[in-house]
Amino acid sequence: MKYIIACLFLFSLSLTGISQTPTALKQIKGGTLAPLYGLDSGKVWVDDFQLDEFAVTNQQYLDFVEKYPEWQKSKVKSIFADGNYLVDWQGDLQLGKGMNSNSPITNVSWFAAKAYCACQDKRLPSVDEWELAAKASESNPNAEYDSLFNQRIIESYETPNTYAKTVGSTYKNFWGVSDMHGLVWEWTSDFNSVLISGESRQDGDADRNLFCAGAAITASNLRDYAAFMRYAFRGSIKADYNIRNLGFRCAKSK
Amino acid sequence: MNYQIVSKIVKILTLGTVISLAGCSGSGHENRENSMDIKTQGSMTAQLTSPPYVPEPIGSRPAKQLIVDMEIVEEEGQMANGVSYMYWTFGGTVPGSFIRTRVGDEVEFTLKNHPNNKLPHNIDLHAVTGPGGGASSSFVAPGHEITFSFKTLNPGLYVYHCATAPVGMHIANGMYGLILVEPAGGLSKVDKEFYIMQGDFYTKGKNGDPGLQPFDMQKAIDEHADYVVFNGSTNALTGDNAITAEVGETIRLYVGNGGPNLSSAFHVIGEIFDKVYVEGGSLINHNVQTTMIPAGGAAIVEFKVEAPGTLVLVDHAIFRAFNKGALGMLKVTGEENPTVYSGTIQEGIYQPEGGSIQTMPGDQGAPEAPVAGSVSERIEMGKRIYARTCLACHQEEGQGIPNAFPPLAKADYLNADVERAIGIVLHGLTGEITVNGNNYNSVMTAQTLTDEQVANVLTYVYNSWGNNGTEVTPIMVTKVKSSH
Repeated sequence: MKYIIACLFLFSLSLTGISQTPTALKQIKGGTLAPLYGLDSGKVWVDDFQLDEFAVTNQQYLDFVEKYPEWQKSKVKSIFADGNYLVDWQGDLQLGKGMNSNSPITNVSWFAAKAYCACQDKRLPSVDEWELAAKASESNPNAEYDSLFNQRIIESYETPNTYAKTVGSTYKNFWGVSDMHGLVWEWTSDFNSVLISGESRQDGDADRNLFCAGAAITASNLRDYAAFMRYAFRGSIKADYNIRNLGFRCAKSK
Repeated sequence: MNYQIVSKIVKILTLGTVISLAGCSGSGHENRENSMDIKTQGSMTAQLTSPPYVPEPIGSRPAKQLIVDMEIVEEEGQMANGVSYMYWTFGGTVPGSFIRTRVGDEVEFTLKNHPNNKLPHNIDLHAVTGPGGGASSSFVAPGHEITFSFKTLNPGLYVYHCATAPVGMHIANGMYGLILVEPAGGLSKVDKEFYIMQGDFYTKGKNGDPGLQPFDMQKAIDEHADYVVFNGSTNALTGDNAITAEVGETIRLYVGNGGPNLSSAFHVIGEIFDKVYVEGGSLINHNVQTTMIPAGGAAIVEFKVEAPGTLVLVDHAIFRAFNKGALGMLKVTGEENPTVYSGTIQEGIYQPEGGSIQTMPGDQGAPEAPVAGSVSERIEMGKRIYARTCLACHQEEGQGIPNAFPPLAKADYLNADVERAIGIVLHGLTGEITVNGNNYNSVMTAQTLTDEQVANVLTYVYNSWGNNGTEVTPIMVTKVKSSH
């Protein structure tokens, strides 16, 4: 924790020198949300907030590490990112072979994503915020009961190598935000909160929630397979993990 | 009085049951304690095999620390000709690699999730005693690996599968396999062993729709499978992929059912299982035709192949075999053994009496029969009916067979009375008649023909072989039928 605070302090000192073109924020109207899993069985309220139109790209992240060398591949502290951090890059300031600069950045840890957003004067969205924005289809702010939309999401989750697509190449939703599904998984600020909520089979036990049919207990919508897949994914990761299909975008409170 | 006696008997029976139950559970408990006490000697890396093959038997080896290294791969594969599917696999195959252990082994299991995979996975081994069967300790994100260990306490054939939410989808995409725990000293020796596992698949398109077919959640929930297959695809065990054996060999099949939904009525066409390890456990049944394998269950079946030929493995819920792909083949080569199976000895014509039209069931009825528009058409149609119905007895030229079947050609009996002739076709004729001076005492059965057909066939007969050229119309037939 000390490290994080120290690190954030560093960033806030150097915030003035940002040169990247920031991604446009889109306004998301708040409202109630029934999370697949949560502290209560009931709904939660999400305030209005803003969310990046696109996921952060390879090029944007390259600009970031140029500015903040402590996040370069060879210099990153191992407690903030395991051995897969930017694993496909050829060097500290060189993308991997054949990597598209407009594809979403992946193989970055939660710590790195959090630092990146902080340097933009933004933050990572919470799980609830992310889910609220993601349940919008092209035309409907709440498409959670649109079976075709859900089937499309599940299919996109099964499609391999989508991390290599460019941002903005899938669909733009009701809020004007692109690629919420079909490109990469995305980090959220409290991605692991489900596991420590004590909501499932073994109250207070850390990581026993999402297995087998036990995962059905206390889930709010048993037909939302896409959400099960997202929650399972979030439950499997730790903050220092770097995964080829996991990127992020930033948010901002209104 | 009676009541007291009965209640005494009941008490005695109850007591007996309690004692015997206690005895059973006691010995089971003992077994397990024994397994827990088995010390391991040394360590070895487990040989893992892809279906339909299984690793070497454990033989007489002692319990060991067994190192199992398994990789999870999400990859596109072929479901049927022209149809592909995004399989999620343990070890790159559906079903996953076969794991062979013996009781008392301490298995050190490493599960690796390939970095290109999109989803986290885990493994629940039904052979494991402990929370989630290993699932809670093996949850692993893409690009990571995880190690846990367990001791095999109960011998038997067990299913393993992924248990990550949504669990049904992970299983439906192929994440299952078998782990065998052999008893000390191993299973009895057989000549050939194979690994077969059934699974049901749910695709967006119908069975046979070409291209990459995504998983269909709704069909999976409704349990409407598009494919039911052995070893992950319709042709995993057919054609060049058929498993093979020689006459006289004993075969052992390790058969599992991954589900996710359907139970298997596992049957081998042309064989009887000499032995079935029921549900993969210690109970052995003999002389079994079809064995039930539930989703998430397994069975070991053994049989000796006594005759050459192709034995067909099916789910005997037979539409699954015929229409959805649950077919496999075991090709047996070697010497014919006519005592066991003769093959065809004789072939002949079978002509049942009476029937020439079969009435088919069904709402729509038979298709409309053609109606003759002229005398020549009537003769043409009558000729076909004659060939089908009359020719066997009355012969091709209407000459009949002397002393058995009277002639129709230039037949006085025929030409003398049309209505009588119609009546004979409709109702048959038994008893002595004289035709062209010869006596015949035989039986002609009633013919199941429509009025139109009777008219046609008689018109043909009357206009052939020197007969008098009468045209018989359907109305004449109807009239004869109505007169008594």
